[in-house]
Amino acid sequence: MAKITYIQHNGKEHVIDVKAGLSVMEGAVKNNVPGIDADCGGACACATCHVYVDKAWQEKVGAPSAMEESMLDFAENVEPNSRLSCQIKITDDLDGLIIHMPESQH
Amino acid sequence: MHDPNAHIVILGAGHAGGTAAALLRQYDHAGPITLVGEEPIAPYQRPPLSKAWLKGEADAESLALKPLAFYAEANIDFRPSLRGVSLDRAARTVTLSDGATLAYDILILATGARPIVLPLPGKDLAGVLFLRSAADAEALKAAVRPGVRLAVVGGGYIGLEAAASARGLGAEVVVIEREDRLLARVACEQLSSFFQAYHETKGVGFVLGASVTGFVGGDGRLTGVTLTDGRTLACDAALVGVGAAPNDEIARAAGLECARGIVVDLSARTADPAIYAIGDVTHRPLPLYDRMHRLESVPNALEQAKQAACDITGRPAPASETPWFWSDQYDLKLQIAGLPFDVDRLIVRGDPAAAKFAIFHLKGDQLQAVEAVNAPPEFMAGRQFIQNRKPISPEKLADPAISMKEVGA
Repeated sequence: MAKITYIQHNGKEHVIDVKAGLSVMEGAVKNNVPGIDADCGGACACATCHVYVDKAWQEKVGAPSAMEESMLDFAENVEPNSRLSCQIKITDDLDGLIIHMPESQH
Repeated sequence: MHDPNAHIVILGAGHAGGTAAALLRQYDHAGPITLVGEEPIAPYQRPPLSKAWLKGEADAESLALKPLAFYAEANIDFRPSLRGVSLDRAARTVTLSDGATLAYDILILATGARPIVLPLPGKDLAGVLFLRSAADAEALKAAVRPGVRLAVVGGGYIGLEAAASARGLGAEVVVIEREDRLLARVACEQLSSFFQAYHETKGVGFVLGASVTGFVGGDGRLTGVTLTDGRTLACDAALVGVGAAPNDEIARAAGLECARGIVVDLSARTADPAIYAIGDVTHRPLPLYDRMHRLESVPNALEQAKQAACDITGRPAPASETPWFWSDQYDLKLQIAGLPFDVDRLIVRGDPAAAKFAIFHLKGDQLQAVEAVNAPPEFMAGRQFIQNRKPISPEKLADPAISMKEVGA
């Protein structure tokens, strides 16, 4: 279990306990946190679960795979700390993780 | 004008219906929402049923769109194991399969589609399977074990995904396709031959240009399928994936206009101002292609759920999207954007032999569709080119040394 803080683009915060093994995307979608669409349900096929990993957590969360990186390359408003949240698996080590959401996924 | 107290009834609790219910609450609809689903479980994702779920890599909890508790918390009256049997538009009521009558102010028809059942001898034998619902998937999963002989009837996406997963589980798989190539209705010839060759290297057998004439069995259990060429293929299970038909009967009976599904506009409205329709059941406009079409896909279900929820709650209409699809087979990620209407030229970029390439479908200098295998940049950029109708240089597109960013520059 890890406590994840999701911060919407308008600043609204959602603090959610997410089970280890789920993805950061699933933690948001299953708890009705708006801002992550995840149209493909986590197949790394659509780039509609784009998030920014809080800078303090970037190293711990790690870098995207080649496949994810090439999807991100064509997403909107990509930053160095951009990730597809369906590709970040929650572990106990990520307790306290802070995730920022972009204005739109489409 | 949004009536915040309107009672919204959603018939159908698949990806479209479930998403519409959640979006209506997210968009601050305060009135009652009733979500009626034919299946015994809450809305879930179907795509993994032929892929991760079949292979045991995903469980029921991860398939669910939302945890069951969500519906009570969001004050959504979720009613499982029920379907609508008739619709009275004048009285604004639907009659459900348990005989109850439900009054609505706004009705959303999200009744989906059902697998086409071939009217063949032996179709009711145990071992003749379909794949649409979680219950169908349970039966398929139980049937697919090492050494089991699985006949897949229909070489479309469902059949090929199931074939790939079943090979991974150690089953012997033969795919039978009526046309002379796979994916005949949905993909170009190059892509068909690529997928056939790839499946063959994984040990899948193919019988093309032959139809199934019947299912044979003993003691009520399937033992084989008979073919138009006179052969009988011995098998322990058969998965029939020959397309789906829209569940539009109650709409038709109530006099709503239907073509290949329930006719809607870009706000998912039918001609009845109190009735919307979303997802696989609809025949919808495709503004990019200037025609009407029925799409069977998750992105379409999500787009129309959003259109309906926005229209009902008085929000601006969402921007129209390029249709897209995906399929995972073995280590292949197929991503498709657009639809290959009115195409006069195909361009292959990359190397099919290396299982990393894309096929672009052009109409003049306009991109209509892209089929990308293990090629996300081609898919992502292609989707943008299709959406913004930008003229594309076919020469640049064909040259993999020129990046997709440069192609679009």
